[in-house]
Amino acid sequence: MKPAAFRYFAPRTLDEALALLAEHGEEGKVLAGGQSLVPAMNFRLARPASLIDINRVAGLDYVREQDGILRIGALARHARFERPVAGGALAALLPRVARHIAHWPIRVRGTFAGSLAHADPASEWCLIAATLDAELAIASRRGTRTVRPSEYFVAALTTALAEDELLTEIRLPLLDRRWRTGFAEFSRRAGDYGLAICAAFLRIEQGRIAEARVGVGGAADRPSRIAAAEQLLIGSDGGNTVRREAGRIAAQAIEPLEDVQASAAFRRDLVQAMVERALAQACGS
Amino acid sequence: MSWVGRRLPRYEDPVLLRGQGSYVADLARGARILRFVRSPAARGRILGIAAPPGAQVITAADLDGVGPLCPRLNRPDYVPIAQPLLAKDRVTYVGEAIAAVLADTAAAAEDLADGIAVEIAAEAPVVTLDEALAPGASLVHDRAANNTVIDARFETGDVAAAFASADRIIEFAFLSHRQAAMPLEPRGALAACDPATRRVTLTASTQAPHILRTGIADILGMPEADLRVIAPDVGGGFGQKMALPPEYVVAVWAARHFGGAVVWLEDRLENLTAAFHARDQRLALRGAFARDGALLALDADILCNVGAYSNYPVTSGVEPLMALAELPGPYAVRNYRVRARGIATNTCPMAPYRGVSRPVITAAMERLMECAAASLGRDALEVRRRNLITSFPCISATGIVHDGGSYREAMEKAAEVVDVAGFRARQRAARAEGRHLGLGFSVFAERTGYGTPAFAARRMEITPGFERVELVMDPSGSVEARIGSSPHGQGLKTVLAQVLADEIGIRPDQIRVVAGDTDRTPYGWGTFASRSAVLAGGACKLAAMRLRERLATVAGQELEAAVSDIEIGDGRAAVRGTDLGIEIRQLARAAYHQSHRFPAIAETGLSAAATYDPPGTFSNACHVAIVEVDIATGGVAIERFVVVEDAGLLLNPMIVDGQIHGGVAQGIANALYEEVVYDGDGNALTGSLADYLVPTLAEIPGIEIHHLETITEASVTGAKGVGEGGAIGAPAAVLNAVADALQPFGVGIFAMPITPQRILGLLRQNRSPS
Repeated sequence: MKPAAFRYFAPRTLDEALALLAEHGEEGKVLAGGQSLVPAMNFRLARPASLIDINRVAGLDYVREQDGILRIGALARHARFERPVAGGALAALLPRVARHIAHWPIRVRGTFAGSLAHADPASEWCLIAATLDAELAIASRRGTRTVRPSEYFVAALTTALAEDELLTEIRLPLLDRRWRTGFAEFSRRAGDYGLAICAAFLRIEQGRIAEARVGVGGAADRPSRIAAAEQLLIGSDGGNTVRREAGRIAAQAIEPLEDVQASAAFRRDLVQAMVERALAQACGS
Repeated sequence: MSWVGRRLPRYEDPVLLRGQGSYVADLARGARILRFVRSPAARGRILGIAAPPGAQVITAADLDGVGPLCPRLNRPDYVPIAQPLLAKDRVTYVGEAIAAVLADTAAAAEDLADGIAVEIAAEAPVVTLDEALAPGASLVHDRAANNTVIDARFETGDVAAAFASADRIIEFAFLSHRQAAMPLEPRGALAACDPATRRVTLTASTQAPHILRTGIADILGMPEADLRVIAPDVGGGFGQKMALPPEYVVAVWAARHFGGAVVWLEDRLENLTAAFHARDQRLALRGAFARDGALLALDADILCNVGAYSNYPVTSGVEPLMALAELPGPYAVRNYRVRARGIATNTCPMAPYRGVSRPVITAAMERLMECAAASLGRDALEVRRRNLITSFPCISATGIVHDGGSYREAMEKAAEVVDVAGFRARQRAARAEGRHLGLGFSVFAERTGYGTPAFAARRMEITPGFERVELVMDPSGSVEARIGSSPHGQGLKTVLAQVLADEIGIRPDQIRVVAGDTDRTPYGWGTFASRSAVLAGGACKLAAMRLRERLATVAGQELEAAVSDIEIGDGRAAVRGTDLGIEIRQLARAAYHQSHRFPAIAETGLSAAATYDPPGTFSNACHVAIVEVDIATGGVAIERFVVVEDAGLLLNPMIVDGQIHGGVAQGIANALYEEVVYDGDGNALTGSLADYLVPTLAEIPGIEIHHLETITEASVTGAKGVGEGGAIGAPAAVLNAVADALQPFGVGIFAMPITPQRILGLLRQNRSPS
């Protein structure tokens, strides 16, 4: 339970950090909150030769609204989201999501961007980013680029980030008050990895669903929106029957993970239940 | 007012709560780190072990002539299996120690261990009971035919006739998956060899320092005098730390061989995969019932998956033999037939864990009562009422004496507390809304505080049992009590000080209890099997009565009164009916510094000792759980948990409640959460606390406790053991509650833990309410 030997770097600026990443390539690993990386190193499942600790890099610890976008810097910690950080429909939702993330000591260290970089299938923030089609800003010495979740999440623990790249900012669209939200997660214990998670965003006009975003996490190798369920919901009244059918569609749409906690069949059952519940919340029933 | 019976805060706590406790790891500064290289294969032949040049490595070849570890029962149905300290030619489970390395730091030791290349020709393992018992199954040990290491049978009464005359026969198979004891502090051993005397001091996380000394000295062929065992603060044991780990023997061997101090500090992965497991058990249970609910006969076939080796000193027979002896529990069944087997597999060995078998057999029996009631169309409490032992003393079908208790009263009290009729109304209303509430009862009696007679009945080569206490009052009037028990979190030092204070007439804070050091304490058996309050408490009381007589002798002489007229209490000795008196500290001073004046106590001075070896006393309880099952996810939430406990006289009610709280939490874990999982190749899949689900405070409800106090002569203090009861009773209550909640769906709950996945699996088989 002691990590293999590694070299440790603590850059002070983004340029220094990017230079170190470029220098160390596949031997290097970014340390932000360390809540997944350090245990993996203690188990010696991860053996980075060099750790590039970005905690002292100035200007990365922020969450701000700007031009209809919520900008989340690379060092914003989970705990920061326990209080409202945004107006509109996200105001109440993000705090509810944050409380599902592990436990308090982990939330004060772990970061939003770190979760996205790690890309655990059960990450709540990965699900939110995928469902809201966030813009992910990535920097390296080669320059900057942005990617969308559909390209970014490649597989479990695998992203489109190159070895020399740092995820610097996540940009979530701020949803106005016409949007209603729902979030449901099933885990065995408080704070455990979710076995099925659903985030639902519905824009309702005159009693009908005009726009829908339904994302499922925890159940497959990466979070994803369930297009067929969204299509079904649009134009409907979001009643019991349609919600149940949306749940059923989602359960069939995913390719479930199988592990010691949950078989594929169990995960599908849970997806159905979580989708129904998240939609029920969003529909206010 | 007596000290016994008070909710006295624990003397142990200030140190622990301030983080000033001394655990093995706190004491290991400067010691070299011992780390084990463990088998990645469940079964196979070791072809070679290659170490980097210069590495300090220990293998079985270095230990030639040392050991093996071979715990024995003196019975023909037990097959003793010798366990090498380090795997010799073969590996028999994932996690078995193959080699050990020594290095200056933990990280360097892990580097070194990573560099040891072990070549194994892997073979297909036998992992499950079915695999081990299949015709032609490979044998884990050639000596154990059919992979059976113990095969015990017992029959009394006329079982066949009772079944023939039964109105209803209820039968099912009940399965308990495997669990781990999960002490907060994993195991650890610091062995230091004195260069001058060659004597080794072993500071170890253990529940039983004296038997650890015996075991290690025997294996290493050294006199016990050359080994001192110290149990410092121990962060929980729950049975796992009463068994002798081969790793501790290797630590002592390494300290003797290389000199200096070496320490092994187990990590959580090792603790979850290579420390002892428990509970892996399957019962085929048949009950013959009369129409009125009377249990006419009980027939059981019990299989325990005991893993690859035995455990010292209680052996792999501990689970099956406990199940065999105690299956009938609090019920007065006279016709009883049982076969209980221990089956070897290529998995981590078993050792006792809080409750030993009884959480499983209690769950099975309590499911039997519920199923019988449902089948007979009777109330389940009525069926239990019909069968509970109510007249004491009562000799059970297996010859165990139930000394006295409140088996029925505890159940009636619990039913009253939870308001069964009120609950049923609430349950109906909730069902109409699609919510599924359930109520579950669990009634049990627990044999506690037993000495050598009970262990001798198991025919153990090493028969534990008695406890001895030695008291010395010093010239200032304070008392030191040296005990053979070895508390590790129970608060026993506080409880014993309360018992002693009442007898000696001083305050408990004037008493220092010394435990956990073989150089300072009389030979004893340690703390396990819900025994220490009864046995060490009883020995304390007997020894204190003797010390009190000696004080009275000194007082009589000082006050010029007959010894029989001396009263002792509140720090004074006085002549009854007068205002003549003297302080105990003055008596102590005189007894030492004017000893020539007290020839009557010349031989003993102000010291006294006693040994206590009772037959045992039954505590009993009724647990009730109220749960809500979410039928869309299979999730179970416990809404209320009630315990009505009868532990005899409560020496310290706060400590008793604490024991119940902890036990119930582990019982809930057993019922709903914790499970050691192996894959088909014998790989342990639950090697971290992300996968082995220990419930947190969020999952454990408030626990409501009510006490009854039946006092019998089977315990000199009136106290009964209470350490295991919480863990024994809770699973059955939770399982019955889940079954009750799911009653409309016609599913049978016969396995634990009953996880969300298993619940949904059962519901999927039978989706529509019947």
